[in-house]
Amino acid sequence: MENISLLLEGFQVALTWHNIAFMFLGVLLGIVVGVLPGLGGPNGVAILLPLTFSMEPTSAIILLTSIYWGALFGGAITAVLFNIPGEPWSVATTFDGYPMAQQGRAGEALTAAFTASFVGAIAGVVLITFLAPLVAKFALRFGPAEFFAVFFLTFCSFIGMGKENKAKIVVSLSLGFLLAGVGIDTISGDMRMTFGVGELMNGFDFLVVVIGMFGVSEILLTLEEGLEFKGKKARIDPIVVLRTWMQMPLYFMTFVRSCLAGIWLGISPGGAVAASFMGYGLAKRFSRRGKKFGSGEIEGVIAPETAAHAAGTSALLPMLALGIPGSATAAVLLGGLMIWGLQPGPLLFVEQKDFVWGLIASMYLGNMVGLFVVLATVPLFASIMRIPFALIAPVILMVCAIGAFTVANSSFDIWLMLIFGAVGYAFKKLDYPLAPMVLALVLGDRAEDAFRQALIGSAGDLSVFMDNGLVATLMIISFALLLWSPISELIGRLLRRPAVAAE
Amino acid sequence: MKTVTLAGAALLLSTLAASAWEPTKSVEIIVPFGPGGASDQMARTIQAIIQKHGLSKESFIVVNKPAATGGEAMMDIKKSLRDPHKLITTSSTIYMTPLATKLPVSWQDFTPVAMVAQDEFALWVNNESPYKTLPDLAAAAKTASPPLKIGGGGSKREDELITFGVFSELNTPISYIPYKSGGEASTQLAGNHIAAETNNPSEDVANWRAGLTRPLCVLSPQRMSYKTKITADMSWNDVPTCGEQGLKFNYNMLRGLFMPGNVTPEQQAYYVDLMKKVVETPEWKEYLERNALLPDFRSGQAYVDFLTADEAKHKDLMAKAGFLSTN
Repeated sequence: MENISLLLEGFQVALTWHNIAFMFLGVLLGIVVGVLPGLGGPNGVAILLPLTFSMEPTSAIILLTSIYWGALFGGAITAVLFNIPGEPWSVATTFDGYPMAQQGRAGEALTAAFTASFVGAIAGVVLITFLAPLVAKFALRFGPAEFFAVFFLTFCSFIGMGKENKAKIVVSLSLGFLLAGVGIDTISGDMRMTFGVGELMNGFDFLVVVIGMFGVSEILLTLEEGLEFKGKKARIDPIVVLRTWMQMPLYFMTFVRSCLAGIWLGISPGGAVAASFMGYGLAKRFSRRGKKFGSGEIEGVIAPETAAHAAGTSALLPMLALGIPGSATAAVLLGGLMIWGLQPGPLLFVEQKDFVWGLIASMYLGNMVGLFVVLATVPLFASIMRIPFALIAPVILMVCAIGAFTVANSSFDIWLMLIFGAVGYAFKKLDYPLAPMVLALVLGDRAEDAFRQALIGSAGDLSVFMDNGLVATLMIISFALLLWSPISELIGRLLRRPAVAAE
Repeated sequence: MKTVTLAGAALLLSTLAASAWEPTKSVEIIVPFGPGGASDQMARTIQAIIQKHGLSKESFIVVNKPAATGGEAMMDIKKSLRDPHKLITTSSTIYMTPLATKLPVSWQDFTPVAMVAQDEFALWVNNESPYKTLPDLAAAAKTASPPLKIGGGGSKREDELITFGVFSELNTPISYIPYKSGGEASTQLAGNHIAAETNNPSEDVANWRAGLTRPLCVLSPQRMSYKTKITADMSWNDVPTCGEQGLKFNYNMLRGLFMPGNVTPEQQAYYVDLMKKVVETPEWKEYLERNALLPDFRSGQAYVDFLTADEAKHKDLMAKAGFLSTN
């Protein structure tokens, strides 16, 4: 196993005192950055990039990736405590995490989220360690048609596996597609639905919409229920971490399912957002307690977090091996690599062995350091819930506004956030699910681009989506998932009918 | 136009007298694109060089304003009249965005600082493809059905403009497939999903070195000067120009800096002088070679002349390709 000896050498590179100090520093900075929605990973990494120019590349990338891990962990904190997803893939974490926090189980939810992130990330790193060259080759097989098939699979599984009213899911999904269409169209280069408003040219930024729809609308709902001056009765419990860990083995299968879904979507270019939703959907479908999801099930926190981090981590692989960033943060890291004179691409693994394996080793170590740091802060964050809502609501609103502004340094986005706050409030009152809309907003324009790129290439021939084994398999699974519930109902009825006739 | 001529005259004066003005607070370098792209990298390289060599007492901060494909950043500079603590990095989007969107802004609203380099473009094919020269590709395109797929980054931007320039001259139909970025186009070519694509050297060099893609020809009037071997037997200098293979069309893209309008000549002179120092550093030369950029420093009237001619070229080409905003 050549990879193992290389990895051990990597640990030697990464395990120096100053590198470990950088890991702690990076993770702490990352958590701060991750807790403030909108500041987020990409900005955090970009702000700190100049500080690293005078460092040697390995230490620099360790510092920056640690910020990345910290931000990933940090995104879950606001999702659980305030229903505000700090990062796109924390959306699914709010479904059960926030109800748990409201029931005074914030500590438990945070512990579960952090542990799940760690497990997912480690699963992703193990994959990178052993399968890097194979996976890189596999990723090259994805052309526009295959890209579209992966997105299509995500949408179909959402409709097919969702337990809410199917019509409402489709309505919400369609609204998301509509919003995703606003702005400059990649394919034609033309403006769509901007109505001459310059600020709309880049479309709706996902974070602005999510901060409004989840964070602001939640504040509105709480206000409506009457301002409670009492804080939530969250017990500060130093051993909450250990107690939660005791339950973890019960959810072994959830971890496995989410790791697999996450890794699959991380190496095929579905990404962490799709993975988090798919992880949640799978757990909801297969868990014995699936019906209770959404009311504060710990499994509903574990599943999306594991999947998102397995995907997020394995998505670093295409970045290193192909030079294609899987996320905005990865794009900044990529820029950093080039400034240090490293050329991401297929040869990075051959020419910069020290660097690559040092980085991979730092992924193991950075996540361990990250887990340690965040778990130590659980009681602290959980105690925020004890502050009376009347005091904390204005602070949350301010953090939301700052977050929305920072996304593109544009004050127009603060207004958008408020508008989407009202939209989210209406959705919740009318009992429409928010998640499908968010999913469509994130993946909608990428799915559309891929669909149209495929059709331009085939001169409009739809058979391009059945052209080879890979894309055909993906499409068939998609349709099977979409029609899952009517088919299973039909089979159920057919099986029951003979029994009825026999009576 | 008035600010421009004034600025040009002022520049002459200020090179005689030592520049008296210096920034009194931190300077923002506004990048009209997201973090990670070529413009962002250039801004951060400049920032790093200024920091490392102590070229300024004040710090330089890079601010990304990607909203409205750079339109918002340009409007921001337009509104920041007389503010000497703001710079903006530019590429050819400085003409293309206003032309394609009717945004009421032009480089003539700004004070030109300097052009620091020009970016090259090449036509790339998969390493295993049968096309060895541009005429090979043209011949295949003539008979292909459905038409050959040519990729690039973005729609109605420089990549599609180049594709239009090349294949309208060759008089062959093709399907242009726009991807989100040049990097994505390169990967799609490596995976054999398209027949060819246009890209900057920096966007494709990784796949070239790995033996996945190879440059057919470069769209510059002259060959690139870099003679260090990139693959086992080829350097950038070994890549023929498309002109050598019979194509008249050529294209380079400026990379430069501007500041807001109505600043004083001393303020402008300070930044021109600063950029002169930046491009003299070994780090800058390293940056140029790594990205295979064409070293081309122009300031004052030479920069203005270049901009005027380059804008006219883009307007003409965009009109022919039908990319001008119609509403």
